[in-house]
Amino acid sequence: MSSVPRFWRNLGSRYNLEGTRCKECGEYFYPPRNVCVNCRRSGQIEPFKFKGTGEIVTYTLIHTAAEGFESQAPYTLAIIKLDEGPSLTSQVVGDPEKMHIGMRVKSIFRKLGEGGDRGMIYYGTKFTPADT
Amino acid sequence: MRDVAIIGVKNTKFGELWEESLRDIVVEAGIGAIEDAGASGKEIDALYVGNMSGGRFVDQEHIGALIADYSGLSKNLHIPATRVEAACASGGLALRQAIMSVASGYSDIVVAAGAEKMTDVGSEEASSALAAAADREWEGMAGATFPGLYAMIAKLHMHRYGTTSEQLAEVAVKNHKNGSFNPIAQYKNIITVDDVLNSIMVADPLHIFDCSPITDGASALVLAPADIAHKYTDTPIYIKATAQASDTIALHDRRDITTLDATVVAAKRAYSMAKLKPKDIDLVEVHDCFTIAEICAIEDLGFAEKGKGGIVTANGETAIGGRIPVNTSGGLKACGHPVGATGIKQAVEVVTQLRGDAGKRQVAGAKYGMTHNVGGSGATAVIHIFSRER
Ligand SMILES: [Zn+2]
Repeated sequence: MSSVPRFWRNLGSRYNLEGTRCKECGEYFYPPRNVCVNCRRSGQIEPFKFKGTGEIVTYTLIHTAAEGFESQAPYTLAIIKLDEGPSLTSQVVGDPEKMHIGMRVKSIFRKLGEGGDRGMIYYGTKFTPADT
Repeated sequence: MRDVAIIGVKNTKFGELWEESLRDIVVEAGIGAIEDAGASGKEIDALYVGNMSGGRFVDQEHIGALIADYSGLSKNLHIPATRVEAACASGGLALRQAIMSVASGYSDIVVAAGAEKMTDVGSEEASSALAAAADREWEGMAGATFPGLYAMIAKLHMHRYGTTSEQLAEVAVKNHKNGSFNPIAQYKNIITVDDVLNSIMVADPLHIFDCSPITDGASALVLAPADIAHKYTDTPIYIKATAQASDTIALHDRRDITTLDATVVAAKRAYSMAKLKPKDIDLVEVHDCFTIAEICAIEDLGFAEKGKGGIVTANGETAIGGRIPVNTSGGLKACGHPVGATGIKQAVEVVTQLRGDAGKRQVAGAKYGMTHNVGGSGATAVIHIFSRER
């Protein structure tokens, strides 16, 4: 699934929804970016911690799991638009039957996946319906 | 810049080619295309080869050098060979590099090839290699698969435009029918809408029959300056446009999940370069890695209004004999999808059609054809327009 350094490098972002924001144009970035897509070199990037609330833009119930996610199948994968603006890809925990486009969700801390040569378990952010 | 023509084409058989290696199939395609052109190895100035992931699929990098060597172009001739990679758009991009090389005057006779040998590894490892075309850190590590990303496109397309699973299935049904007329196709069996809907669910709403298969195969083209093309063939096919565009690597960062902006922009550039409109195009090979991808493609290329791709398909407008035949080769779905070869195979199909050599799948009187090759979930799009007349 992934190498150990590749995961730990972004630990703050994965654990705490830490992204970035451009002071110049005001756009928020999650996953974090170091170059603003609007201002490029004239942008001023600073860290920003997202609230962790948003809504489902679209989703799918994955039956054939990605490598390292077999024990979680079937699982709901969604694109979630955070209230601050940017969108991200995440699993949504909860009854697959109740998922719908536009559903309000909030972030939670969960096991993400496992794998690699050393059988590592990865933790990070998933989402869950906001009203539960 | 000089006008460029295609003077030779060749596809290997597409499928599970257990007995052949990557080098075997790409040499077969390359030599076949050179033979078709009536050219000799000595005349070749450069070789471009599209290959997505030799490293993952056959544990081999340095594919350009390998292919040149086993095509007999290295030890005595020392012909430059370059591998081109843009995930599933590697082939289309190799063609684009070859066109620019000839158009610029740096080279005259150039081979553009594409190849992938995907069945040497198990299907799980192949899927993981393909997932590397997405954003590994911010999609893959959340549990995304390729079918999963396209399933999310499909889900929103259905929600917003009323597209149905039956309409998605119609794409697969049509492409299998077209594939049944293509001697090199991996799948030549006719399937029904029910077959698709009853096949196992991979990522809701996409069934296994909504997905293109894992395939071995290679394809090659020989290019020449248009001014000398008639020395080699009576039926040169001319390049009217080559265009490419990029978008965000991750699906979640796109302006609109149901539109591939890279396709929209590359198409705009291609139509402008060719001075043509969608209604002028007689057939198109689009990147149907999943059934929903063909529906988005015909919309984004201007052959159907946004949201109407499913209806247009179900009405038969994209069938051979319809308003705009799509994927006469069988597409990625039925002809097969050896990722690095696909963009070249699409061009081989269009050239074959414009030459009038497509047999039972021939589009009568075809004058202009288009190819549309996509990398990942839409981060790269490469579009070419071909013409029977210069
Ligand atoms: Zn900015």
